[in-house]
Amino acid sequence: MKQFISFVKKEFYHILRDRRTLFILLGMPIVQIIIFGFALTNEVKNAKFAILDQSGDIATRQITDELDASRYFDLASSLKNYEEIEHLFRQGKVKLVVVFPPSFNSDLQHFNSAQIQLVADASDPNTATTLTGYATTIIKDYQLRLLHDKKLPYTINTTARMLYNSQLKGAYSFVPGVMAMVLMLVCTMMTAITIVREKETGTMEIMLVSPIQPLKIIIAKAVPYLLLSIINIASILLLSVFVLDVPIKGNLLLLISEGILFTLTCLSFGLLISSVTESQQTAMFISLVGMFLPTVMLSGFMFPIENMPLPLRIISRAVPAKWFYDIVKSVMIKGLSFQYVAKETIILAGMTVFLLALSIKKFKTRLA
Amino acid sequence: MSAVSVNKLTKLYHTKKERVKAVEEVSFEVSKGELFGIIGPDGAGKTSLFRMLTTLLLPDGGSATVDGSDIVKDVKAIRKKVGYMPGRFSLYQDLTVQENLDFFATIFNTTVIENYDLIKDIYVQIEPFKTRRAGKLSGGMKQKLALCCALIHRPVVLFLDEPTTGVDAVSRKEFWDMLKRLKDQAITILVSTPYMDEAALCDRVALMQTGRILSTGTPTSIISSFASNLFTVKAEKMYPLLCDLEAWDGARDSYSFGEFHHVILNAQYDVGQLRTYLDSKAHSNVEIHTTQPNIEDCFMQLMQN
Amino acid sequence: MEAENIITTEELTKRFAGFTAVDAISFNVKKGEIFGFLGANGAGKTTAMRMLCGLSKPTSGKATIAGADVYKQTEQIKKSIGYMSQKFSLYEDLTVKENIRFYGGIYGKTNAFIKEKTAFLLHQLNIENEADKLVASLPLGWKQKLAFSVAIFHEPQIVFLDEPTGGVDPVTRREFWNLIYQASERGITIFVTTHYMDEAEYCNRVSIMVDGKIEALDTPRGLKETYNATTMDDVFLQLARKATRADV
Repeated sequence: MKQFISFVKKEFYHILRDRRTLFILLGMPIVQIIIFGFALTNEVKNAKFAILDQSGDIATRQITDELDASRYFDLASSLKNYEEIEHLFRQGKVKLVVVFPPSFNSDLQHFNSAQIQLVADASDPNTATTLTGYATTIIKDYQLRLLHDKKLPYTINTTARMLYNSQLKGAYSFVPGVMAMVLMLVCTMMTAITIVREKETGTMEIMLVSPIQPLKIIIAKAVPYLLLSIINIASILLLSVFVLDVPIKGNLLLLISEGILFTLTCLSFGLLISSVTESQQTAMFISLVGMFLPTVMLSGFMFPIENMPLPLRIISRAVPAKWFYDIVKSVMIKGLSFQYVAKETIILAGMTVFLLALSIKKFKTRLA
Repeated sequence: MSAVSVNKLTKLYHTKKERVKAVEEVSFEVSKGELFGIIGPDGAGKTSLFRMLTTLLLPDGGSATVDGSDIVKDVKAIRKKVGYMPGRFSLYQDLTVQENLDFFATIFNTTVIENYDLIKDIYVQIEPFKTRRAGKLSGGMKQKLALCCALIHRPVVLFLDEPTTGVDAVSRKEFWDMLKRLKDQAITILVSTPYMDEAALCDRVALMQTGRILSTGTPTSIISSFASNLFTVKAEKMYPLLCDLEAWDGARDSYSFGEFHHVILNAQYDVGQLRTYLDSKAHSNVEIHTTQPNIEDCFMQLMQN
Repeated sequence: MEAENIITTEELTKRFAGFTAVDAISFNVKKGEIFGFLGANGAGKTTAMRMLCGLSKPTSGKATIAGADVYKQTEQIKKSIGYMSQKFSLYEDLTVKENIRFYGGIYGKTNAFIKEKTAFLLHQLNIENEADKLVASLPLGWKQKLAFSVAIFHEPQIVFLDEPTGGVDPVTRREFWNLIYQASERGITIFVTTHYMDEAEYCNRVSIMVDGKIEALDTPRGLKETYNATTMDDVFLQLARKATRADV
């Protein structure tokens, strides 16, 4: 036990004395949350739009005001005819034009139905889709209020994506994503590097010749990073609740436990990488390609998995981060309880046991 | 019982095209308390040999015991009783002198105080810097710290892999003085080195080249088995002198050696003929002396046989 | 006839923050000379050598290398010197020929020159059969001899050798020195550092640096007489023990 404690103590010395790395490890989640929260979001704010109001009644004015008042849109100009639309788009002055047909309000009042045409600049398809989505939502909201006490002849279809995120806030999807990414980097990459570094400097040779058991070395290496990860989970959750206004709807303890489970998965993967590589560069490269890229690409955090071709969907099932991402989304955003994430938890636990067993088996008690 | 007994030990390693014998059927015995040198250039197989004896590598053939324990079967036993200092500086650079020493003591289930008497002589020299990070120590200091760490658990057998490579002459000398003192503590020491002149500082040596042992014995016995008439030659122009010596039938071998050239004469030639030959080549200020060969002479002869 | 000075230094000094690595060294090296540059670790050898190669700007003092000033004419210096160290010499993943070609190309030699010189060099080292093998597959001793030949491939006036023979067997070490002698005969000046004291004896003149200063400079024989020593090892130990500063 003394051996073990002394080893853990040594690991802490390494981490604490490498100020720059420590700073990156602890600062990374904060920076990522902030970058994703305020800069890199696929939300569009204050997009310029124009209207072509051929009706000019109270309803069209109210809708225009609604749009203009929302945080997503700013009214840029009011057009007189269709020709101006193309002209405006060519100049790149607006992203969206809302076209009200003549007699808009009377149609709405008499037939309970009216047409609005949304014309978007689809040279940037993502923005175009997002903007039309926002506009549709706002218009439908207006209709809801307008027809508040009337029996509606039609139902309003909002998309599934907006079910738990009625404001379409990007933060809801990237907080779980950033959590997966940060734990990945801290645990997988740093654990892999720390063991391989000892191989490179030759200290592993002396450790192997000493009576300390390999298992103790492995666990002692993992302990500090487990602790760092818990700090990171905490800072991400604090930031998301207090800075990004993303509340934790589910059980906090459950969420943290799942975070620790995922940390262990990542640690095991890092250990596996370290036992099959000989240099820090290789370890870093494998962690990046083997873990980080799949986490970003295939966890569903950047790109929806449902839209991927079958082979990629199958591969994504082997990516631990996908399951963790699902769990965090369920617990944190949807507020679901354990029984709804039991399957994902068991899969993640299974992966951890498998990776850990494999890495212990592969850990060489000799050189070469 | 020998402290180290090596019997036809072999290590292969595989490159893309071929299998190279890093160590080839090496056999030798080291007695308890002996200071045993493995002398050979890079690529001789010294490191592979040491790694096999410290259980870091599995041999591909042969067997060996260290303090009676088999290097393949009794791995745990060996790991408790050997000390090992690898060729590269292998301590934690970001830990202080004191932290390194404490750490290694704990890993070997002991404490610094318990075996302080063993390292005292060496440790007092680095003690003034005990709060300094190991990475900030000078080369000589690092080496002393590494030796302390390798000794901290009072090993029965100490393996030092090229401890003096890349170290300047002053530090080298100090290091060998330390080894001499350790010998008095009845620790068996195996040390490898590419410096031929260090052979004379060992009790016994094995000369190694390309995986094979060329010769084993005390430095004196190896030198006395060198049956050649060796002369040192010097002249005003040393390089032309060497060229002329190499071209001469009377010289079995000739090579530069310090300020002189060494010449080994063929059996039917004598020093008079050497002098006549050199005079005929118009060398000026020719000096010829008989001399005792040293390990380097022996090594070169053994290499060429 | 006195040979011309190819390296001259006068009070050459290099200071780092609060620390004088090289302390006003003055010496001359003659054309074609084999000059041994000794010193304990940390005595300032590497720093001095870097200044002479035009890699590091001196703090004060003067130095010329093959007539070029170390402050202003570093480009000219680089053309007239060759450099080889134990650590870096050749690209292991290129063949022998490719390495030679590469270095020839760097120094802007013509294809005809490279071709002719390569053939000569391969013959001289007796490695014609290995010309298309990867350098990684050669024994260490061959690599070092090849590295030296590559370092003087562009026919520099001076070649700097930083511990060129570390770890090689005694026979190869001598073969290496024979190459040095041959180069010296052709008029190339050799500036060499080494940890092997017997190699210091092979030099025409030897300087020994202690704590940033040149403490002694003479022929090996002269040094031994001055310090009343039988070997260069003794001379070196006597001088280096005076050192007060630890190596860094």
